Amino acid sequence: MRRNRADKDASHAKLSRRAALLGGAQLLFVGGLAARMRYLQVDQADQFRLLAEENRINIRLIPPKRGEIFDRNGIQLAENKPSYRIVIVREDAGDVEAVLDRLALIIDLSDEQRESTLAELKRSAPFLPVTIAENVSWDAVSAVSVNAPALPGVSPEVGSTRVYPRGSDFAHVVGRVGRVSQKDLDALDDPDAVLRIPRFQIGKINVEARQESLLRGTAGTKQVEVNATGRVMRELDRREGQSGADLQLTLDANLQNYVQARLSGESAAVVMIDCEKGDILANASAPSYDPNLFIGGISSKDYDPLLNSKYRPLVNKTVQGAYPPGSTFKMMTAMAAIEAGIVGPQETVYCPGHLEVGGRRFHCWKRAGHGWVDLETSLKRSCDVYYYDLALKVGIEKISAMAQRFGLGIRHDLALSSVNSGLTPTKEWKRSARGESWVIGDTVNASIGQGFMLASPMQLAVMTARLATGREIMPRLVKTVDGVEQPVTGGASLGMKENNLRKMRKSMYSVVNDRRGTAYRSRIIADGMRMAGKTGTSQVRSAVVNNNEVPWEQRDHALFVSFAPYDNPRFACAVLVEHGGGGSKAAAPIARDVMLQALYNGEPPLEAYPTAVRGQIEEQQLRLRDVRPEARINKSAVGDQA
Amino acid sequence: MSYLESTVKSVPTGLRKILYLNWPLAVLLTAVAGTGFLMLYSVAGGGFSPWAEPQMKRFGLGLVLMLFVGLVPIWLWRNLAGLAYAVSVMLLVAVEFFGAVGMGAQRWIDLGFFRLQPSELTKITLVMFLAAYYDWLPAKKTSRPLWVILPVLIILLPTALVLNQPDLGTSILLLTAGGGLMFLAGVHWAYFAAVIAAGVGLVTAVFQSRGTPWQLLKDYQFRRIDTFLDPSTDPLGAGYHITQSKIALGSGGWTGRGFMQGTQSRLNFLPEKHTDFIFTTLAEEFGFVGGISLLALYALVIIFCVASAVMNKDRFAALLTLGIALNFFLFFAVNMSMVMGLAPVVGVPLPLVSYGGSAMLVLMLAFGLVQSAHIHRPR
Repeated sequence: MRRNRADKDASHAKLSRRAALLGGAQLLFVGGLAARMRYLQVDQADQFRLLAEENRINIRLIPPKRGEIFDRNGIQLAENKPSYRIVIVREDAGDVEAVLDRLALIIDLSDEQRESTLAELKRSAPFLPVTIAENVSWDAVSAVSVNAPALPGVSPEVGSTRVYPRGSDFAHVVGRVGRVSQKDLDALDDPDAVLRIPRFQIGKINVEARQESLLRGTAGTKQVEVNATGRVMRELDRREGQSGADLQLTLDANLQNYVQARLSGESAAVVMIDCEKGDILANASAPSYDPNLFIGGISSKDYDPLLNSKYRPLVNKTVQGAYPPGSTFKMMTAMAAIEAGIVGPQETVYCPGHLEVGGRRFHCWKRAGHGWVDLETSLKRSCDVYYYDLALKVGIEKISAMAQRFGLGIRHDLALSSVNSGLTPTKEWKRSARGESWVIGDTVNASIGQGFMLASPMQLAVMTARLATGREIMPRLVKTVDGVEQPVTGGASLGMKENNLRKMRKSMYSVVNDRRGTAYRSRIIADGMRMAGKTGTSQVRSAVVNNNEVPWEQRDHALFVSFAPYDNPRFACAVLVEHGGGGSKAAAPIARDVMLQALYNGEPPLEAYPTAVRGQIEEQQLRLRDVRPEARINKSAVGDQA
Repeated sequence: MSYLESTVKSVPTGLRKILYLNWPLAVLLTAVAGTGFLMLYSVAGGGFSPWAEPQMKRFGLGLVLMLFVGLVPIWLWRNLAGLAYAVSVMLLVAVEFFGAVGMGAQRWIDLGFFRLQPSELTKITLVMFLAAYYDWLPAKKTSRPLWVILPVLIILLPTALVLNQPDLGTSILLLTAGGGLMFLAGVHWAYFAAVIAAGVGLVTAVFQSRGTPWQLLKDYQFRRIDTFLDPSTDPLGAGYHITQSKIALGSGGWTGRGFMQGTQSRLNFLPEKHTDFIFTTLAEEFGFVGGISLLALYALVIIFCVASAVMNKDRFAALLTLGIALNFFLFFAVNMSMVMGLAPVVGVPLPLVSYGGSAMLVLMLAFGLVQSAHIHRPR
């Protein structure tokens, strides 16, 4: 008991000591606060009073200049043009409604603009300028300046607007910018303050969106002194931001322009890849739309037809679309079989027009049959039975694996939005995705690129470039960033037997150049410019019908993949014409025309075309010159000389 | 038993207790709150609405609450400490599930008539529970590892829950108050030294790792810390308010611009002029003299609490009083550092002056406990 008492006293003494210590520390801190207060209010008072007197410090963000976008030859695809707008600062305006009423007497101000300004003013900080009207005329700017005394808080500002000089030709590659939405902000971990500037624009799709971090740059800030009416008195401090990087794309603007013009009237897609570095030279999806319409908000009058068209102009069919590759896939089935050594290129298969598999009859497109066919003949005449037979021997797993080595079923890392990965089905995939087991008929369908098999035109172009070179070509869209060449990825050998590749290319050569080949009518006859390729028809409905007798939506897709020159491949190209019918008729001529444009780097001479089509081509060239701006320039130059 | 006997014998009973109230403390608190009314009247541009009048009503309610809590015997509060702690932890958990989301964080439970902010309550119940713990724990065990780990866990549990809301400011306050109480209870120096060394080491490691391959935080997290430490890198966010606050404060000079004459704080520079930045208005309108006076009132509150605690032989009562004083200190010290540009902007109000219900009532409840400790001290 006594001891307990002593214990208690001892611990209380300790408590008191520590209480005094902690209390002392607290008082010391209070002393520090007092000293700080003295420093601010006594020592620095004059300086702060000066700052506070009539002027106030405001901090304004200086939006960075957005990087511009060029094609591989320096032709501008996205630029910034100065534009004027009228802004208002709430805390300087006082009675906002009265100021807006007065402003409406000077410039055209719609009720809609008025309402949205008021709404935006309510939302944003009182010291941030809010845009009243955008893209106003110089007259309006001067009217506002002259009447400044009656319009407190209102001032004109120079901004810049994104302009796409090549409009619809590049909408599916360059993309477009738009105002920052709440969704955009939510998607970011750490949104940049500049995004909160009202009406700041960021990339919404494609290159503009995917390269946003490069294009945007960083904002600068300026500290300014403003007087009671919000007029800037002087700048106190300025931290420069950094402009966004200029991007150079691998695209060839003139080629792209030609392709878009050539595709007019079609619902189609063309991808052309350079076989050396994988540079995407053309990426065209038709029909397209004018991205300039979207800047600053598109009206529903303009938007609804784009959204509701059955030709889907807003969809980038080259990478977003996934179609059964049809007969263009036959090279993959063949490669799988001959690389595995299961079938030799010289071995023949008899095509009676159909093949019985598991009690079901699979037809060749030619009901009468092709007779005995080897690899080259089967590809040239696009015999289906030959590939059914090959696929049954080699199996779906090897076919899918081979297709993936050639870039199908893989999401290529492109600077574009919504890149489709396509599909190279396997037994495991069907089990997990569909909950069904693989049946032999699935293999048969897959062998000719039907059934579950899906590929985008971009993937088909990559596949073709890889067939042409035997190397792992990776598609590349961004050529330089601020003048710095971007690395070329891939390029290593695919490890295929050279013999097999050569055989494959030779077969593709005869598809186009052999009199009995399916694309003979679309051959190129200029020496050293010969084209090799493969036609494809991708079934939209399973029954074989005459395409001219069914509605457009049910017709087959036409496909054609090709590379040229045959001896020394420089370009690989994939063409898709939605519901175009057969590949030989609808797609191959487009490929030939595009290929010739690329090979001659401009308008090719008529001699490169087969005699039979020269008249038709001449007409077409004349027609396209009216559509293509730079061709028009050439024409007028020629005209001047004459 | 002697402790209980002496307590029971000597405590005053009935209304005579009111005589034993810590009157100076009550007067000080009223003076602080009065300053608040004045400032709220001023920032409203000279009006009792929208802030001054509700604040006065709430303070009246707070005084009644303080009196009521103060009249309840301190031993009852000690017996309730564990329960209070458990309830507030459960409320913190409940906030996770049913809490209303405000300002991007889950912080309060809407009871219909009142928005209960469990983290405010926790500041008091944590101190209460730790005081009860050290009252119960024999002195010689205080520094034994096992008995040190236990209170650490008691502190970390609510801290982690608050941090998860997320409310970094309050969780740091909880940690500091809890640690302070352990210090007061006599935990050996070495523990604090070790924790501080480890903390310094960790912070150094994190910063040293920047830009190296083994970087411990993401780049954007580092950038956030930069903004936190140097608000001028975020001129439109935190930096803006601090710059404006300093200008307003500094322009007050020795005696200020006079009541309701502050131009800076009246312009809508300060988004929280009636809450977190109210001291700026005071300093602008009443100058250094006014600011230092409020600071002195706060210091006196601390001094009276420490004095009351040191005179109190009841260990629970003394620890509780000191813990509450420490909490009170942290409140105003952090708020003032913030408005003077010494600390990053965190949402900590100026106690009893800033407009706000929850914080004021919880503070008055806490001072009720201080009163109870004072009234029922062994004599």
